[in-house]
Amino acid sequence: MDSADDPPTAILAFLQSEFAPKSVQQKGFINWEWLADHLTETVLPAFLQHVFLSFISVAIALVIALPLGVLASRRRNLYAPLTAIAGFLYTIPSFSFFTILIFIVGLSVGRTPVIIALVAYSLLILIRNVVTGLDSVPAETIDAARGMGLTNRQILFGVELPLALPVIVAGIRIATVTVIGIAVIGSYIGGGGLGNLVFDGITRDFPTMYVTGAVLSTALAILADLVLVRTERVFSPWSRRVRRAG
Amino acid sequence: MDAFMEVLQRPDFTKNFFVHIELSLAAVLLAILLSLPLAIAVNRSDLGSTVAINTGNIGRAVPSLAILVLMLPIFGLSFTTALVALTLLAIPPILINAVVGLRQVSRQVLDAAKGMGLSGRQILTGIQIPIAAPIIFAGIRTSAVQVVASATLATFIGAGGLGDYIVEGYQRNSTPIALAGALSVALLAVVTELVFGRLESGFTPKGLKIAQQRRGK
Repeated sequence: MDSADDPPTAILAFLQSEFAPKSVQQKGFINWEWLADHLTETVLPAFLQHVFLSFISVAIALVIALPLGVLASRRRNLYAPLTAIAGFLYTIPSFSFFTILIFIVGLSVGRTPVIIALVAYSLLILIRNVVTGLDSVPAETIDAARGMGLTNRQILFGVELPLALPVIVAGIRIATVTVIGIAVIGSYIGGGGLGNLVFDGITRDFPTMYVTGAVLSTALAILADLVLVRTERVFSPWSRRVRRAG
Repeated sequence: MDAFMEVLQRPDFTKNFFVHIELSLAAVLLAILLSLPLAIAVNRSDLGSTVAINTGNIGRAVPSLAILVLMLPIFGLSFTTALVALTLLAIPPILINAVVGLRQVSRQVLDAAKGMGLSGRQILTGIQIPIAAPIIFAGIRTSAVQVVASATLATFIGAGGLGDYIVEGYQRNSTPIALAGALSVALLAVVTELVFGRLESGFTPKGLKIAQQRRGK
């Protein structure tokens, strides 16, 4: 194999020859044949399942977080306890959280505990961003809207939420990326998705499988991050206009 | 409850508890040693800072289990594998916060320092680093909590730690064993958050605290 003219491959080859277990050295890093054979029946379904799992969890969380966030920004005395509880829950490692849901709450292994955990982690992020977003709307803007005769409902939907949108989308981005990462671990308790490739691969000592799972979940997370960064910009056209004017 | 206490008293529990702490602490320390010099190195350069922040942001998106697993074919099942992976995982939050923290020191403050005749080095160690300290520590805290959580996954690459009990609990379908692992990791994460939160306020310069209070009023 001629890897000398390609530095990354050469470094990888060196590290492998120094540290890698015999099984990897003999079989090679990736078995491309296996990958081609299992692309449509194993890899693609796992990928799509992962996308679905992450999307549905963030969507459910968003539906809950929007009204809760609006409520918390209206009633300030709710905000401090809400963020305190959220912050505390957020530090609990996901693998612990899954285990608590199963062994204490008594949920059975499968998709339910995974979705519950993913929704919970997203909620913590989204509520905070909804409140921050609503807070960032200048009081003068709301006064002006009121002066124009808009009702409270019109102000909320026509002024406050659109102005808060970039911050809310930023929350959606952080939640999505977080959830994609946690869902990988969720496969251990039957959540499905790309983690299945990771765990099956480790069990069978088959690098091709776990590397595929790891690489695809990484790619998915980075892609989601980039797409949502773009979306953030689309929803804040005024910042572009300011930049052009400046 | 008795069965639960029994697990906690197993000699290997103490061992794995310390493996977990050792792994996390070593990873965070290594990450600090790598990130801070890097942040200082790119401090003066706009391009360098942008590259560091963007790389850090991409790094933050990578799933923790993916980093651990990607080290597996290179280093095999071992403590080293987990340490390398956790260090990589710990770097982005510290690096981003250090770069942002050093650069957010206002122009006027830097100009004043320069006007007083301080050298570039004195400005860095006497002005920029103390002002950036709370932000840098916030990054270290985020990263420490994340590493303690991810060290649980080290069990999947044969590096031990408290994750061993969660996995054993699932395999033997034993509530006490699974909870001994899950609850001790959760507790460790919460304690890490609190301890590093203390460090954060401990390293906030007195002047900054006064300024914050004034702004609050």
